[in-house]
Amino acid sequence: MTDQSGEKMAIETKDLLKRFDNEIVINKLNLRIPFGTSMGIMGPSGTGKSVLLKCILGLTEYEGNIFYEGTLLEKQNRGTFYKNFGMLFQGSALFDSLTVWQNITFKLINSAKKILNSEAKEIAIHLLRDVGLDENVCKLMPSELSGGMQKRVALARALADKPSLLFFDEPTTGLDPLTSSSINDLISTIVKRDNITSLIISHDPSSINAICDEVIFIEDGGVGWRGKASEMKFANHKLLKKYLGSLQV
Amino acid sequence: MNWNRKQNLTLILLNALGNNIISLTSLMGSLVMFVSHALNRSLMPPFFIKEYGKQIVAIGWASLPVVGLTAFFTGGALALQIYSGGSRLNAESTVPSIVAIGFLRELGPVLCGLMVAGRVSSAIAAELATMRVTEQIDALVTLATDPIKYLVAPRIIITTLFLPILTGVGNIIGIYGGYLVSTERLGFNPSMYIESTFKYIELGDITSSLIKAAIFGFLISTMGCFFGFKASKGALGVGRATTNAVVSASILILASNYLLTELMFKS
Repeated sequence: MTDQSGEKMAIETKDLLKRFDNEIVINKLNLRIPFGTSMGIMGPSGTGKSVLLKCILGLTEYEGNIFYEGTLLEKQNRGTFYKNFGMLFQGSALFDSLTVWQNITFKLINSAKKILNSEAKEIAIHLLRDVGLDENVCKLMPSELSGGMQKRVALARALADKPSLLFFDEPTTGLDPLTSSSINDLISTIVKRDNITSLIISHDPSSINAICDEVIFIEDGGVGWRGKASEMKFANHKLLKKYLGSLQV
Repeated sequence: MNWNRKQNLTLILLNALGNNIISLTSLMGSLVMFVSHALNRSLMPPFFIKEYGKQIVAIGWASLPVVGLTAFFTGGALALQIYSGGSRLNAESTVPSIVAIGFLRELGPVLCGLMVAGRVSSAIAAELATMRVTEQIDALVTLATDPIKYLVAPRIIITTLFLPILTGVGNIIGIYGGYLVSTERLGFNPSMYIESTFKYIELGDITSSLIKAAIFGFLISTMGCFFGFKASKGALGVGRATTNAVVSASILILASNYLLTELMFKS
């Protein structure tokens, strides 16, 4: 699927609508994420940012259409979507019962490709180095890691199958400013290096600035403001101004 | 005025009844869909053999001590009770056969079922509910893995297959408990006791015990998986899922035990 300028879209939503009982959380949202772009979704709590992510992932029912590389996403073809996709969850969502290396290579071990444990460990060690962790971490359980380390391992897991599309749900929530900054830099470096299309849900402007090319500010379930990340602080949008102002220390 | 009030009250009651019937029907519908999804998908590759192995250890092997101890003490107590009650009728000699038949037909499967419900159903519900609220189940989806196939199918299949084995072991230990108490405390002759034990046991007693156990195993794991998988709302949701799983599994075991007994032994 391409827009009028001929730009190819990785993800596109058309009139996406999500309601809980009678309350509309996402209101006819039209979102377009071109290939290779890092798109940030920002907005106050409760504006439907994470719900938007769940709709795209097919984890919740919705009205409207979502396209992946021009194909309408339906229950039957979501498998193809997940194969090219990785995600970093807000709370890392590492599997408690598996070691770090088993977490990282989960998708590879359980896919049809069938790789040996020794190969999987090698891949895990390589990915751990990629996200700035030592190979000794490999055998640890997720509960033995700090919050920052868990995020890095979760990022390694998301990268394991070389995805072309990465989603990040509040990647720096619960981390101290220094760790947040290093996670932001890490994500930015990897996304740009591997030319990955990414969608970052965050309420943290520093994350958005560090990682994203474009930003959408969600207001009343729709697009309140859209523009380049660098233009965000100069935007003439009342709620966005108020939002950014309230976050300044 | 009085008539209107009565009419309003009737409408409120009917409304509440209707809502309850709708929610119960909806719950039953989603339960059936959930189980059929798990069982259908379990027949298709990939088979997640490691997960099945883990569940054999967690559900089968780790439940042996609790099942064994429960059966042993209950067998002993049963022998004492039957001896004490039987002495009023001069029927002390029935202790071996009643302990054996009672254990095989009723106590074995029901006690094992209830003990495993307390241990396994709660563990399954708590584990899956925690995975749900910490987004681990969502993570499975994004890693191109069907969470029902990966998490639910192995638990249901292994519990259904292994509760009969646990019950078989429990039956043997329970009957042995009765034997030990009878011979050591009540003065029964060991060889006579063993002879009377086997004299009245029929094949139907053993098969009914195992069939009951398999059905209880299915109910236990299904309740644990269903309530755990559908959990929400943080720690409160995890607690609620665990309670719902254990209570519903226990009630279903007792209710289905009655129905199965009617079905198997009515004649």
